[in-house]
Amino acid sequence: MALLEVKGIYKRFGNTEVLKGIDFSLDEGKVISIIGSSGSGKTTLLRCITGLETADKGKIIVGDRVTFDSERKEKLSKAEKRENQLCTGLVFQSFNLFPQYTVLRNVTLAKELLAKEELKAQKAPRSAIKARYQEIEKEAKQVIDSVGLLDKLGNYPCELSGGQQQRVAIARALMLSPKVLCFDEPTSALDPEITGEVLNVIQKLAEEGRTMLIVTHEMGFARQVSDEVIFMHDGVIAEAGAPEEIFDHPQNQRLKEFLSATLHA
Amino acid sequence: MFWTVTVSLLEGFGKTLELFALTLLFALPLGLILSFGSMSRFKPLKWLVKTLIWVIRGTPLMLQLIVIYYGPGLLASNAAMVENPNALISWVASWSVMDRFVAALVAFVINYACYFSEIYRGGIESISKGQYEAGQVLGMTRTQVFFKVVLLQVVKRIVPPMSNEIITLVKDTSLARIIAVYEIIWAGQAFIKSAGILWPLFYTGVFYLVFNGLLTVLFGYIEKKLSYFRG
Repeated sequence: MALLEVKGIYKRFGNTEVLKGIDFSLDEGKVISIIGSSGSGKTTLLRCITGLETADKGKIIVGDRVTFDSERKEKLSKAEKRENQLCTGLVFQSFNLFPQYTVLRNVTLAKELLAKEELKAQKAPRSAIKARYQEIEKEAKQVIDSVGLLDKLGNYPCELSGGQQQRVAIARALMLSPKVLCFDEPTSALDPEITGEVLNVIQKLAEEGRTMLIVTHEMGFARQVSDEVIFMHDGVIAEAGAPEEIFDHPQNQRLKEFLSATLHA
Repeated sequence: MFWTVTVSLLEGFGKTLELFALTLLFALPLGLILSFGSMSRFKPLKWLVKTLIWVIRGTPLMLQLIVIYYGPGLLASNAAMVENPNALISWVASWSVMDRFVAALVAFVINYACYFSEIYRGGIESISKGQYEAGQVLGMTRTQVFFKVVLLQVVKRIVPPMSNEIITLVKDTSLARIIAVYEIIWAGQAFIKSAGILWPLFYTGVFYLVFNGLLTVLFGYIEKKLSYFRG
C-alpha cells in the first residue's frame, strides 16, 4: 500500500521551473533513493514533500492525509497544518542541530513542546506533564541508544564530530515517529571516512522497515539500501526502477552519462 | 568638603542610575518589538519603523530631549490660542509640560530602543535559515522556534554590541542635564556656583568609570556563561 503519493508536482522559482510534473508513490516499509546532478530538482522535491516549500501545483498524500493539494480552497487550521507537518520528518545535509542544547535536549525538545500543549489543552495537572516528560526522556534515551550515542547524552553539538551530529539529527527526527522519513544528502557535509557511521544507521532503519525517501550522492549506498531508485533530470523523473536496473541497465541517455561521470569521479 | 561633595554627587548619580535602569527596562523590550517591525513582511509597517529609526538615529539625542520636554507645552500654548477649538485642539491645549525626569526617560527610551532594534535585527538575521527549518519540520510553531531555538543564539551574538551600547547609555544620561534633570553632572556643576570649585565636576568621572567597570565585568561574565555552545 502506498504510504506516500506524489501527484503532478510543479514548482517554479521566479522564471526557473524547477519541478515539471513529478509523480511517484512510496509503499509502506520501502525505501526510495533519489539521485541526479545538482540543479535537477531533487532537494526542491524533498522540500515540497516535507512542507518547507509550497508547490505551485499538484497533490501530496501521506497515509490517509492529504498534506498538500493545490486545488484546496479552504484554509487549514494551525492544528491541521501541524498534523500535516508531522507526517514527514527531515534530516538535513547540514544537520541543523540546536547548538545551545545537549544531545538529549535536542531530541526531546519538540516532543515535549507538543506534549505540553496537548496536556495543557486538557487542563492536566503539572504532575501529569512532569510524568510525561519523564516518559519522553526515557524514550529519547532509547532512540539515542539506537544511533549509538548513549554516551553523548549530555554533550553539546559543538563537542561532536559531523557524523555524530548527523546521528543525533536522525534520532531527533525519529523521536516524532514520522510516517515517512526524508533525508536530504545526509552525508554530503561529512568527511568521506565518517560517512559510513551515518549510512549504517540509515541502513539499520531500512532493515527495521522504516519508510524512507533519500536524496543522495552515494551511489553504492543507494543501490544497497533502496527498493527503488529515481533518477531526476531537469525537473522530471527521467528514469525510475529497481536499483539493479538503474545502475546495471540504464536506458536513459542522461542517466548513462550521469552514472559514468559519478563512477569515474 | 570632599565628603560633602561625594554625598552630593552620589545623590546625583542615584538619579543617573535611575534614568539608566528605567531606560534599559523599557528600551530593551521596545527595541525587540521595533526590530520585528523593521523585519515585517507588511511593507507599510516596515517603512514606518524604518523611518522612525532613521529620524531618531539621524538627529542628536540632545535635540530629542529638548523637543520632548518643550514640544508638548509649545503645542498646547499654540492650541490654546485657536478660536472655536474642536475636541482635538482642546485636548492638545490641555497638555502641560511634562515632569523633567519623565521627559528625559521618554526621550532615552525612544532613542535607545531604535539603536537596540538594529542590534537585535542584526542578531536575528544572522541565525541560519536551517535553524528555523529544523524547528518547522519538528512541528514547532514560529513562536516556539523563536523563543526556544533562536533567541538564546541571538543573545549570545549580540552581547558584544549590546555591551557597547549600554556603556554608552551610562554616559549619555549626562545629556539629561540639558533639561535640568538633577543627575551627577548637574550635581558636580552646582559646586562651581555655590563654592567656586571645579574639581567636583572632574570627580564625577570616577563614578562613571567605576560603574562602567562593573558593567564590563558583568558582560564578560555573561559572555563566558554563554561560551558553552558555539553557534
